[in-house]
Amino acid sequence: MSKVIVVTSGKGGVGKTTTSASFSSGLALRGNKTVVIDFDVGLRNLDLIMGCERRVVYDIINVINGEVSLKQALIKDKNCDNLYILPASQTRDKDALNLEGVERILNELKETFDFIVCDSPAGIESGAFTAMYFADEALVVTNPEVSSVRDSDRILGILAAKSKRAVDGLDPVKEHLLVTRYDPKRVEAGEMLSVTDIQEILRIPLIGVIPESESVLQASNAGTPAIHLDKSDVADAYRDVVGRFMGEEGLPMRFVTVEKKGFFKRLLGGR
Amino acid sequence: MAREEPAFKLKISNLSLFVLYVNTTDMVQLKNQLDMRFNKTLDFFSNTPVALDLSAIANSGISPNFAGLMSFMLDHGMHATGVVGGSAEQREAAVQSGLGLFPDTIVKPAVKTASIPTIAPGIIPNAEDNQPELPGLGLTIKVATGEPNNSNILDSDTQLQKPVSQVPPTFRPTMIINKPVRTGQRIYAEGANLVVLCVVNAGAELIADGDIHIYAPLRGRAIAGAQGNENARIFIHSLEAELISIAGCFKVFENGIPENLRGKPVQVLLDCSDLIIEPLLN
Ligand SMILES: Nc1ncnc2c1ncn2[C@@H]1O[C@H](COP(=O)(O)OP(=O)(O)OP(=O)(O)O)[C@@H](O)[C@H]1O
Ligand SMILES: [Mg+2]
Repeated sequence: MSKVIVVTSGKGGVGKTTTSASFSSGLALRGNKTVVIDFDVGLRNLDLIMGCERRVVYDIINVINGEVSLKQALIKDKNCDNLYILPASQTRDKDALNLEGVERILNELKETFDFIVCDSPAGIESGAFTAMYFADEALVVTNPEVSSVRDSDRILGILAAKSKRAVDGLDPVKEHLLVTRYDPKRVEAGEMLSVTDIQEILRIPLIGVIPESESVLQASNAGTPAIHLDKSDVADAYRDVVGRFMGEEGLPMRFVTVEKKGFFKRLLGGR
Repeated sequence: MAREEPAFKLKISNLSLFVLYVNTTDMVQLKNQLDMRFNKTLDFFSNTPVALDLSAIANSGISPNFAGLMSFMLDHGMHATGVVGGSAEQREAAVQSGLGLFPDTIVKPAVKTASIPTIAPGIIPNAEDNQPELPGLGLTIKVATGEPNNSNILDSDTQLQKPVSQVPPTFRPTMIINKPVRTGQRIYAEGANLVVLCVVNAGAELIADGDIHIYAPLRGRAIAGAQGNENARIFIHSLEAELISIAGCFKVFENGIPENLRGKPVQVLLDCSDLIIEPLLN
């Protein structure tokens, strides 16, 4: 049975697209047939982070309008064999992304793919709603600050009350908390909320903590999802998230505490 | 031809509504006091419908600038929806500004409502806090309560009264909520008690015509006795609330909760129109 996973947050700029790119790549690296859909009509960002922007010819709205087939619009990822990208349109009207059209596309994708990852736009308006409506599971991306946690809380309320699963009275959408841009130093200094604080408020299971790292920006400039980076905390953290999502047990939660630099590391000026 | 699904249903509901009592026609003074009272960053109101009660200025011979009033109320997240009372000219001016007209006076049970206390934070409300006539006040905000009975709910089961000599008291079963109540959600236990087993987060709202029990932290708002039942109580496992109210008397924790009550199990009750918050010992 294929699964639809929405990557959502409410608040903008918290790392949804970064997460969608790395998470879908991680699923594909483990041999799952995966497709990642950009729901951010008007902005179109995912294709840049996946490094396939030059190959975008058709987009999700062409498919919804019946102008091209899904096959024509899907772009094969350059790094993973099992991964495809369905890009968003940069120019078109947001309202073209209607629920019926999206449902048709998802049903067709379910025939081929194990996982369908939906990169939601920010906010709680129609775009974000459309992205989450058909979800079976949700990665709720949250930064360690009050406004982000509040918005995540609001999104969780909408998932619980207004998603298709809620409306149809099925099992609720499975919720996962993903804390991103986490900086243990600033948490220790009391400048940011801790993972525990966030969990205290949101009360859903934690699937991972992604540290704040400059390498994310470098990766997105290079058009390579961060999970492919060598010797990177962020890549390790995203791999852990995928592992936990696939049901692997006993993975320790890394990157939540300040790393004590060893004597030699300090001596050698390691970062 | 297939019969069409009904596209709407019209009924009268008793909803709790905030009422802004306009005590002055000086809109500058009113605006200043609103700004002072409701720090914008706290976003206490968010798109909340508010009625304007004009009775205090009905005889002033001046119609307030409703458009201006509505716009700075909106800055605080209050949506002015209509006016209560006021002179004929004032009501006409309100209509011109797009406001609706409520009946002349608020029908309410014999319950005194309380203004939001202006006294410094950290004080359990007492008689002083609840005096509506605080000096120099241009405004008062109350939660208006409807009639205590449900007589104006059209689709209720009230026709079912059987000609039995002893009618047992009717009550609705307690509403039980067993998942978190989150920002932006509102739960209303109409004519019933409300029991919540999970956290109620900031920006969420619980309303019950009866009692409210929360066996988890209350970080949002809880409004018990919403139709005026002064005997309603609120029981809270961990008090972290934004607002609590019983039968229209309410307390806003604008500046945090008193140290001795914060995070503690408490009960809230009305004693002669004073809202009392008591720690629950053991
Ligand atoms: N772990 C991280 N460390 C440092 N920077 C990060 C991290 N994750 C994301 N960022 C940066 O934050 C910014 C926003 O990231 P991203 O585009 O993924 O967020 P988004 O939630 O998709 O935003 P939007 O709401 O606009 O769609 C980008 O500049 C990205 O490089
Ligand atoms: Mg994005």
